[in-house]
Amino acid sequence: MKRLQHNWQPLLAGVITAIAAARLPLTLPEAANPVQGGMMIALVLLAAVTLMLTLEGPIPRAAVLFVGAHLPAGLLLAGLSGNEGQMSTAFFLMIAASWLLAWACVSELSQIEPRSTAASWFLRLLIPAIFGAWILVIWEAATRGAGIPFILLPPPSAIAARIAGSLPILWADVRQTIFKAVLIGYVIGCAAGFVVAILADRFAFLRRGLIPVGNMVSALPIIGVAPIMVMWFGFDWQSKAAVVIIMTFFPMLVNTVAGLSAAGSMERDLMRSYASDYWQTLVKLRLPAAMPFIFNALKINSTLALIGAIVAEFFGTPIVGMGFRISTEIGRMNVDMVWAEIAVAALIGSVFYGVVALAERATTFWHPSIRGG
Amino acid sequence: MTASSSSVVSARKLGLTFETNDGPVHALSDVDLEVRKGDFVSFIGPSGCGKTTFLRVIADLEKATAGEISVNGMTPEEARKSRSYGYVFQAPALYPWRTIEKNIALPLEIMGHSAEERRRRIERTLDLVNLTGFGKKYPWQLSGGMQQRASIARALAFDADLLLMDEPFGALDEIVRDHLNAQLLKLWARTEKTICFVTHSIPEAVYLSTKIVVMSPRPGRVTDVIESTLPAERPLEIRETPEFLEIAHRVREGLRAGHSYEE
Repeated sequence: MKRLQHNWQPLLAGVITAIAAARLPLTLPEAANPVQGGMMIALVLLAAVTLMLTLEGPIPRAAVLFVGAHLPAGLLLAGLSGNEGQMSTAFFLMIAASWLLAWACVSELSQIEPRSTAASWFLRLLIPAIFGAWILVIWEAATRGAGIPFILLPPPSAIAARIAGSLPILWADVRQTIFKAVLIGYVIGCAAGFVVAILADRFAFLRRGLIPVGNMVSALPIIGVAPIMVMWFGFDWQSKAAVVIIMTFFPMLVNTVAGLSAAGSMERDLMRSYASDYWQTLVKLRLPAAMPFIFNALKINSTLALIGAIVAEFFGTPIVGMGFRISTEIGRMNVDMVWAEIAVAALIGSVFYGVVALAERATTFWHPSIRGG
Repeated sequence: MTASSSSVVSARKLGLTFETNDGPVHALSDVDLEVRKGDFVSFIGPSGCGKTTFLRVIADLEKATAGEISVNGMTPEEARKSRSYGYVFQAPALYPWRTIEKNIALPLEIMGHSAEERRRRIERTLDLVNLTGFGKKYPWQLSGGMQQRASIARALAFDADLLLMDEPFGALDEIVRDHLNAQLLKLWARTEKTICFVTHSIPEAVYLSTKIVVMSPRPGRVTDVIESTLPAERPLEIRETPEFLEIAHRVREGLRAGHSYEE
């Protein structure tokens, strides 16, 4: 019984494959380019299920499942060409069966306890990679297999082709939006928030007066601020950087102010007993203690900056920039280009966040949340 | 100041009242005390008797509201600014982002010692508290007892003559505590410092001290000052001797007297 519970995904996949095999072929009768190899794919799936159930230990089982899930999936996707919207139930059942095997593969992989750091790194990359790949596989199979209109949701393959075909345009947009508006705005906004937080800590009148006002500024709707900034600073990246500064300033200010009071009273008394002056206490105690808070702000701001710059470009830009491209291409029904920009933005946003998170691990290695207990 | 030259801490009619929402709280009242150079003075009493508050007044972490106190012949504030004492808290209060040796270097950095001098002093104080070889570790990699020893090393690093210790071993188990008490006595003998030590353990107070100050709560005041008759050389077994038990008995009597006054 326990074995059954443990192996329910491959067993269910076997059942689904058997049903699919009874309902071949993979394509509808009216398909332009009928696919024949359905039985062979079904046999590969069943072979993987059988072999996996006879093996012991997560590594060989995961290896069998990996091949048994991805080889059929690849063959099935290859069968799509020319048959958009003309795939039969058997096709979708077999996609579901391979997906169940991939699921089982990931749960086997999660049980491996790697001995070396290299193996642990490899696993930590492989598991999310399989996850991500299957989102794309299902997306591709659903959009092309069921013939979902291109304008509603283009298949990932079309988006990838668009990215590959528009690299110069995408690069120009990234340079305009990311390297100018986002990075410059982010650095200035975060630095200004940090400096003002220190000043507010030093001078009580700033703390009492400025923070409530800053609170109000942070509540300003970006949709309202962006056109004003375009009026003030012109169409080029400066106005977008200004929007990013407004968006990133306040999270940094509030987090730094909160972080500066994070040091415990005993640690402060200790500094007092050394007759330490304000700046020594700040640099040696309060700022290090505030680092987890400051990195929180840096992480929040890394995504806010990207959103701010892209949205601000909707309100006027020179004819380049990620937000500009999205707003004009959607008007021309070029949704694959919109998705290409979204994919690039997602990739850059993740890299940005990842770099900040790595810097955080290196700086606040001592914090219980990172050293683990 | 009327204190003689060998007096390190001298309090006259010292009082401290905290103003709270529930009305004034008399943390200390009419405390008279002399701590001479080289003394090991323990403050003992139930919680709320003002023993920690008194230590914090010496350290200028609290201000007295009545009477007068001098530390090394100065006001507590002047004494703090001239870095005349090292303070050991109830918890180690080591900075987790600094290694043990960097933690010991902290006061030395603040006081502007050179890198060479810092290295020399770190080595010496790590040896004093038997932590040689642990300098490169982070505090959270050490046991509670080792952390507290590191915090004592930090308080010793800048060579203040006065060491103020606020229940430094209160959070440790009895075996570690016995061990650290014995080490502390050796360290006191080697460094000839004046130590003010807050505790709520009678055996600890009697074992360590040359002078035991018994305090009672509400208002915090001194009920008895006992000069220890134990020899300077004190093996742990001394705690079984009649002399030791007699002093412990007198401390207990003092605590009980303070308590019945309250009821």
